[in-house]
Amino acid sequence: MTDGAGRFESAVAAGVLASEEQFARLLRSIVEVARAIFGAKASSVFLFDAEADELVFAAVAGDEEQHLVGRRMPSSTGIAGWVLSSRTPLVLDDVQKDPRHARDVAESTGYVPKGMMAVPLLDEEEVLGVLQVLDRPQRSRFSLQEMELLGLFASQAAIALSLLGSARRARKALEGAGDAAVVAKLAAAVESLEGDKRESAATLISDLARVLRS
Amino acid sequence: MIDVLAHSAAPEDDEEEYEEELPAWSLPKTAADRIGIDNPLPERVDKKWALGGATGKGVKVCILDSGVEFGHPLVGELAGAVAITLDEEGDPVAEEDTEGDLCGHGTACAGVVRAIAPEAEIYSVRVLGAGFSGSGPVLLAGLRWAVSQGYDVVNMSLSTTKRQFGEVLHELADNAYFRGTMLVASAHNMPVESYPWRFSSVLSVGSHEEDDPLLYYANPDPPVEFFARGVDVEVAWIGGETITATGNSFATPCISAITALVLSKHPGLTPFQVKTVLYLTSANVGGSR
Repeated sequence: MTDGAGRFESAVAAGVLASEEQFARLLRSIVEVARAIFGAKASSVFLFDAEADELVFAAVAGDEEQHLVGRRMPSSTGIAGWVLSSRTPLVLDDVQKDPRHARDVAESTGYVPKGMMAVPLLDEEEVLGVLQVLDRPQRSRFSLQEMELLGLFASQAAIALSLLGSARRARKALEGAGDAAVVAKLAAAVESLEGDKRESAATLISDLARVLRS
Repeated sequence: MIDVLAHSAAPEDDEEEYEEELPAWSLPKTAADRIGIDNPLPERVDKKWALGGATGKGVKVCILDSGVEFGHPLVGELAGAVAITLDEEGDPVAEEDTEGDLCGHGTACAGVVRAIAPEAEIYSVRVLGAGFSGSGPVLLAGLRWAVSQGYDVVNMSLSTTKRQFGEVLHELADNAYFRGTMLVASAHNMPVESYPWRFSSVLSVGSHEEDDPLLYYANPDPPVEFFARGVDVEVAWIGGETITATGNSFATPCISAITALVLSKHPGLTPFQVKTVLYLTSANVGGSR
């Protein structure tokens, strides 16, 4: 493998297009920033798996809940499910009083928050998941400014997730056996050539493109 | 089981379903005398005239949401409850609701209405909680069902961002408006396009930060038209409980309930007149705080 081919392949596999590692890092960053903005005890993000109609616990910023990442639940479950379906943010205090919520959360985490902010991750008309911020300090009354901040941050997070999600899907297509993968392999082969050979290959592909268009 | 619009996505079905007469496109000179309308509004519309002493009695308020918990002490008796689901063919059906609230949100909205309009008849139409994938068609079918039932007020503390549903929602909102059903819809708390709150045929509601459930402001800069109490509100929740909640979701039933008060005192007001009354009695327009 030449340096050229290595460059191209790594660009396809991990550079230009996002890797799984980058996706996980972005998710962790989102929950950590959300927790920091509100000085909250924990923050978590659920991603919506449309095919399975489930919410997937994708990342958490908090002490003891890392083992939960990957856990799935029906998309209509509890407060996160309502926020997903209604696409509307919700800020609740005293959530321990909600018996179903408390039971569900306690069974899975051993931790039941007192307060919760939950906001949909909306990229234009698509809802990608739900961001939750748990137990922000009860300094004073909740303010509409905080609600606005929550919405703005969630929108930014959703755009980043959407971009990375597109790249992730593109990378999977390139790695597979479909048309895109064939073209990617052809491009990698051209990238590996040098001098006249490379020029001839480029001419050949240009001619082929012209024939295909005609 | 009731078939509620197997073809809920087709706007032209509205005309068949409602069997609307052809509208009067014009007014012959000789007919002008026959369409006199008594003006129900006094010279000065104030809050005392609009809702003083009113209880919401005789007004049907529908909560289109996650269902309402039966027998919650802050909600009391429901006048009726249906759940909209999709059948095996993917067509929406309405069945009597036996499960109540699957989340707590609908119960919260019903409790806000009950607190302000204690004698209103509260109906629940459950459109959330049966899975995300069918939530758009179920929402449309639920609204269509609610409008066909002739409820006076329909509270929608939710919205959809799906443009494909926007057009049908628009038609439904207009139908409701002309049939005398006041649709009260929660404005989105986030910078996104969503429906139906942006439509001018609905009453759209955002939050203010004060504690008074009967305090409302008219927004001089729509599309959000009114602001009502929506921050740190103690609301009913499932399990017979209460929790503290924030969001336009909870401001919306305040305006639904205030609309019920106005309609119980002044039956027959059209949505156009209700909107005018709310505007004239808003704290920043001329209403007394």
